[in-house]
Amino acid sequence: MTPYEANPRAAEVEAFLERTPFAQKLGMRCDIRGDEMTAVLPFSKKLIGNFTIKALHGGAISSFLELTAMAQVFLVTDLARPPRPINITIDYLRQGHAKDLYARAYITKIGRRMASVRAEAWQEEKAKPVTALMAHFMVGGD
Amino acid sequence: MRENMKMMTKAVPWARELGFEVTRIEKARVWGLQPWDDTLVGDPDTGVIHGGVITTLLDNLCGMSCGAALPDFRFVATLDLRIDYMRPADKGRDIIGEAECYHITRTVCFTRAWAYHDTRDRIIATAAAAFAINQPRPTDQLESLA
Repeated sequence: MTPYEANPRAAEVEAFLERTPFAQKLGMRCDIRGDEMTAVLPFSKKLIGNFTIKALHGGAISSFLELTAMAQVFLVTDLARPPRPINITIDYLRQGHAKDLYARAYITKIGRRMASVRAEAWQEEKAKPVTALMAHFMVGGD
Repeated sequence: MRENMKMMTKAVPWARELGFEVTRIEKARVWGLQPWDDTLVGDPDTGVIHGGVITTLLDNLCGMSCGAALPDFRFVATLDLRIDYMRPADKGRDIIGEAECYHITRTVCFTRAWAYHDTRDRIIATAAAAFAINQPRPTDQLESLA
């Protein structure tokens, strides 16, 4: 159960993920405790990018990270709608294995119009990230 | 080479899941199509396709442009990828992707890519990606992909 009393925005973030078709297609979930969110991408065969080595597809991992970063911004702001991405940079650090993937996003800065966010995805060990993302979002009037 | 490319698309579940197709291959250049589908929507209020779909499309095409540029068959792994979103994709429309591998060293392929609806004059997103070229191993046979 999400402690909604601690952060009323948590329910909105969960509702957003639930009614977003692409988040549903990925099969992404999130676990929110206060302002801290861990996103979970349960393993599914459709997420594979390379059958020979049973690796997750980079596009699936980066989609997951982008949604994680977006959801984190949505969680800690009072925006009416999720922020729109300006650009993203993805570092593929290690191979993503055929296992569940977890991610957390850290907001470096939120200004009046833009937010700068980092996110990392890991599997067995948080200290050994599979993929890292840097993203900028529009959070104000454009 | 064309046959290899088709096999590669079929052997990639996540590309198949999104409905991605390769439409044209030239030396070091590849074109692809991401057909519109309701399940790809990233913003339910506006019906705009999720950025991750474009990332997957351009990542795939950039990787394939390496295959279309390298003299021998090699697996490549994405090192990094940057996407700039210029404008949202139109609701209900297919997206065309185009990638080129513009430089190769012994270990790295440098690529760039574009996503658009009609022509490159009106771009939805651009990408720049670098790929590590895997050294050939005896297990890297195309047959094992199926």
